[in-house]
Amino acid sequence: MAITVIVGYLGTAIWTLKVSVSSSRTFPVDDFVGLAQYVRLFGNDRWLLSLENLALYGVIFILATMIIGLLLAIFIDQKVAGEGVLRTVFLYPYAMSFVATGLVWQWVLNPGSGIQDAVRRMGFPDFTFDWIVNQDMVIYTIVIATVWQAAGLVMAMFLAGLRGIDDDIWKATRIDGIPAWRVYVSIVLPMLGPTIATVFVLLSTAVIKLFDSVVSMTQGGPGTASEVPTKFIMDHLFGRANIALASAASIVMLLTVIAIVAPILYARSRALKRAGSQ
Amino acid sequence: MSQAHPLQSHARRRWLQPGKIGVYVFLVCSALFFLAPLYIMLATSFKPMEEIRLGNIFSLPVEVTFEPWRLAWSDACTGVACEGIRGGFWNSVMIVIPSTILPILVGAVNGYALAMWRPRGGNILFGALMLGAFIPVQVMMFPLVRVLGSVGLFGSLPGIVLIHLIFSMPIMTLLFRNYYASIPEELFKAARVDGGGFFRIFVAVILPMSTPIIVVAAIMQVTGVWNDYILGLVFAGRENMPMTVQLNNVINTTTGARLYNVNMAATILTSLVPLTIYFLSGRWFVRGITAGAVKG
Repeated sequence: MAITVIVGYLGTAIWTLKVSVSSSRTFPVDDFVGLAQYVRLFGNDRWLLSLENLALYGVIFILATMIIGLLLAIFIDQKVAGEGVLRTVFLYPYAMSFVATGLVWQWVLNPGSGIQDAVRRMGFPDFTFDWIVNQDMVIYTIVIATVWQAAGLVMAMFLAGLRGIDDDIWKATRIDGIPAWRVYVSIVLPMLGPTIATVFVLLSTAVIKLFDSVVSMTQGGPGTASEVPTKFIMDHLFGRANIALASAASIVMLLTVIAIVAPILYARSRALKRAGSQ
Repeated sequence: MSQAHPLQSHARRRWLQPGKIGVYVFLVCSALFFLAPLYIMLATSFKPMEEIRLGNIFSLPVEVTFEPWRLAWSDACTGVACEGIRGGFWNSVMIVIPSTILPILVGAVNGYALAMWRPRGGNILFGALMLGAFIPVQVMMFPLVRVLGSVGLFGSLPGIVLIHLIFSMPIMTLLFRNYYASIPEELFKAARVDGGGFFRIFVAVILPMSTPIIVVAAIMQVTGVWNDYILGLVFAGRENMPMTVQLNNVINTTTGARLYNVNMAATILTSLVPLTIYFLSGRWFVRGITAGAVKG
């Protein structure tokens, strides 16, 4: 069964590759036009914008989610009352689909009905928070909503990592009178290395696959300001009947994923083998 | 593991220290940020439209009404039809059941084969499978559409189930492989000495030991498949449109005034199944998603 899947994965990838070097539009055409589609792709402003958006989004989203998730984990780890409730609250967004939660975020951020409107009614008529309809800021609204969704998961993973750290380390640093924040920065954070790597891989794949949230929150708008590669591909596959161009874009994404993931997978399997042979 | 947390011995004294107050301020503010959307969804879903137009988004409903919930369930318009999202609910149920059972079975057999029988090239196969977990679905989408189309499965229930099977294979295989790798090998060897074959050992020895991992896998699959949007959108077809796709149609095709209360009720209805699983399964859910996160 595994073999069929490999054939399925590999086969479909090769098929996509083949389409990407053809001149197909609505239906696949069996010709060869070299890299023409790739040239077209990288001459396409919308595609370039979607790459730019994804890079900007990816950096901010990964950083913000990691920092917030780590802070939540550290703060929850201080023996606070109501830990269970807090964990439940931080993690529930992850259980919901983005198509569902995108709607409520769209509404909260909508200047006419959401936060801007509420603050104005409170007596600040000049208050402005219109990012979701602002071409320059819209991508940050997607960051806000997706961080909201993913931070709890990252918290759960970091919390597991923190709980795995030996208590003796804490005792020793306390005897030495080292302030807690220093212990976190100099000792705990390096010890969380493997967890951080895992979280990074997880968030990177989420970034590359980003689609639902954009569709449900902004539909790529205003204009094409929040366009992302997955949406570009979907639009050209099904909406604009340009499957060769979409396939070329898919292959570019595939290569990007392999470039990011393959070294990590390789390093892991090496590490596992070493651990196994000892 | 008994006690000895760094700050515990000071817990009582620390209560009034600025540091501890800061911790609570941070946590409470964060909790409010995380709860706000849920609160808005609930509050809005019980308001009549006039109240939504006049009041602000954070206010509690003055006059509680259940009408939006009824409308969302049975009358809201999804594109052309106005039958609410109940149809989508049942479609999702029909998709989720086989899309949970089949991938778990296949993943268990794969994991068992990889961990116990260690076929030649198994590791390479496994590596490629793992890479598959990271490939954006768009890469495989067009060929899969064509293949399913040519065998007449495109836009059918078996078609969408097959698609879910293909896309969840890597993670299910990984989950079961790692679980079976932790089972003592002697057990498997003993079963072989006793003359058990591939499937006999699987059914008689391995499967009965698999309950914990099956629970984790089931939680992952049910929530994952239920929350799926893109695969349902492309492969399920009009007849089997899952709830998430219908919800998006309700929200984004409404012409004229947007019925926010109905939309919010529909959103909560769509989220009920995964939320219920989350609240009931607690730790299992966390274990499932973190296991799912640790790919490779």
